[in-house]
Amino acid sequence: MSLALPAPDITRALTRISHEILERNSGSESITLLGIPTRGAHLAKRIAAIIETIEKVPVQVGTLDITLHRDDLRMRPPRALMPTLIPPLGVEGRNVILIDDVLFSGRTIRAALDALGEIGRPKSVQLAVLVDRGHRELPIRADFVGKNLPTSIDQSVLVHLTELDGADEVLIEGGAK
Amino acid sequence: MKHLLSINDLSKAESIAILDTAQELARVSDGPMKKLPTLRGRTIVNLFAEDSTRTRISFEAAAKRLSADVINFSAKGSSISKGESLKDTAQTLQAMGADAVIIRHGASGAAQRLADSKWMSGSVINAGDGTHEHPSQALLDAFTIRKHLAKSGEDLTGIKVVIVGDVLHSRVARSNVLLLAKLGADVTLVAPPTLLPVGVESWPCKISYDFDDALVGADAVMMLRIQLERMSEMFFPNAREYSRYFGLNGDRVKSLKPTTLVMHPGPMNRGLEITADAADGARSVIVEQVSNGVSVRMAILYMLLAGAPEGEIIGISREVGAL
Repeated sequence: MSLALPAPDITRALTRISHEILERNSGSESITLLGIPTRGAHLAKRIAAIIETIEKVPVQVGTLDITLHRDDLRMRPPRALMPTLIPPLGVEGRNVILIDDVLFSGRTIRAALDALGEIGRPKSVQLAVLVDRGHRELPIRADFVGKNLPTSIDQSVLVHLTELDGADEVLIEGGAK
Repeated sequence: MKHLLSINDLSKAESIAILDTAQELARVSDGPMKKLPTLRGRTIVNLFAEDSTRTRISFEAAAKRLSADVINFSAKGSSISKGESLKDTAQTLQAMGADAVIIRHGASGAAQRLADSKWMSGSVINAGDGTHEHPSQALLDAFTIRKHLAKSGEDLTGIKVVIVGDVLHSRVARSNVLLLAKLGADVTLVAPPTLLPVGVESWPCKISYDFDDALVGADAVMMLRIQLERMSEMFFPNAREYSRYFGLNGDRVKSLKPTTLVMHPGPMNRGLEITADAADGARSVIVEQVSNGVSVRMAILYMLLAGAPEGEIIGISREVGAL
């Protein structure tokens, strides 16, 4: 197991992503951040907090559970659903930024786009991820990336966050080094 | 979990997981798009050998909201009325490729028989078998109680529930006592001795013959229907006497705490076990029980059908978040 991203780097990456989101959308007025549970939801809260300290206005932030839209539901035991919390202004006509911890096959994001489509019609959908590890199986790309981590397919990327795991770190596990 | 036949099939954690899942699915039912793709391509058969309004419609609505195909099948108008056996009916459903059968049957144990047999391979969901069990009703009652009186993710510890009426013929009472006790609630059954089944003293609940006494401090009062169709003899002298001792009326409702819930699984005999002012009053959640029924049954179908069949789980990378 090797440390790919220590805590200070995670904080720096999230700060940079926050600035990039603001730059792309000319401020925070039109944006709605939706984190994909579990770790994406915590990252969304952190990015929202950073944006609020920069812009000094509250940011629309929520969570989007994608379990019911997964294409691998039938290949696994059933899983508990996580909360979907849409902030008060909704998604209709907003610039929605989906936030997840790791971008891998792209299937989670495809499911998220489906889940989002059931809630409303955003003006645009952008994607922010802490780690892009490659190996896409769908034509999906992130708009904001914390760190590109080249990995082999048999490795696992583990994201630990203080809120859940007691520490901030990104680890790479397994595979031939 | 392949079948849902009895509350005894569920652990406490599984029961709470169903309630939590139902709560998330209720948000979908409140949203603009009520349909989810989760069970697309699955066939669910509603096999109702006994009459039903709420349970059948609510299972049908639940299955349709999850995009499953639903085949409705009732005794009247099918070959069951010509005397076809459960075995032959089940084999027919198997031949048609049913992934799940929701069965209501007048014989206690019919669902269990169907699940234990090799007649069909799909999941079996008990929607009421004789005077035995009705697990989905108990889950929706627990969901309704929890929504008003406890927090999500939690059990029902310390909540006092009074269940009143025809316990002898009630599958709802049995399932509710088992589930509510499992979730930590304090359950009291109230009925005339003639309407209590043999062996009720072994159930995980208290028993009282005095309705007014049992109502003191109650958090939820669940009235049971007097099942006239199952009664071949006299269980109480007359309806007026029953109503006076065991019926919920306006005066009894006034004696309750303002937060106490008035519940009834339906269909009601208005004027017998519950008066109109109690059934339609501000504390009544009887209509809400029906809408909660759809969310809870969606959760049941999701838990039983959405995942891989047991033993057929295909190994994928365990890093779920990274997919």
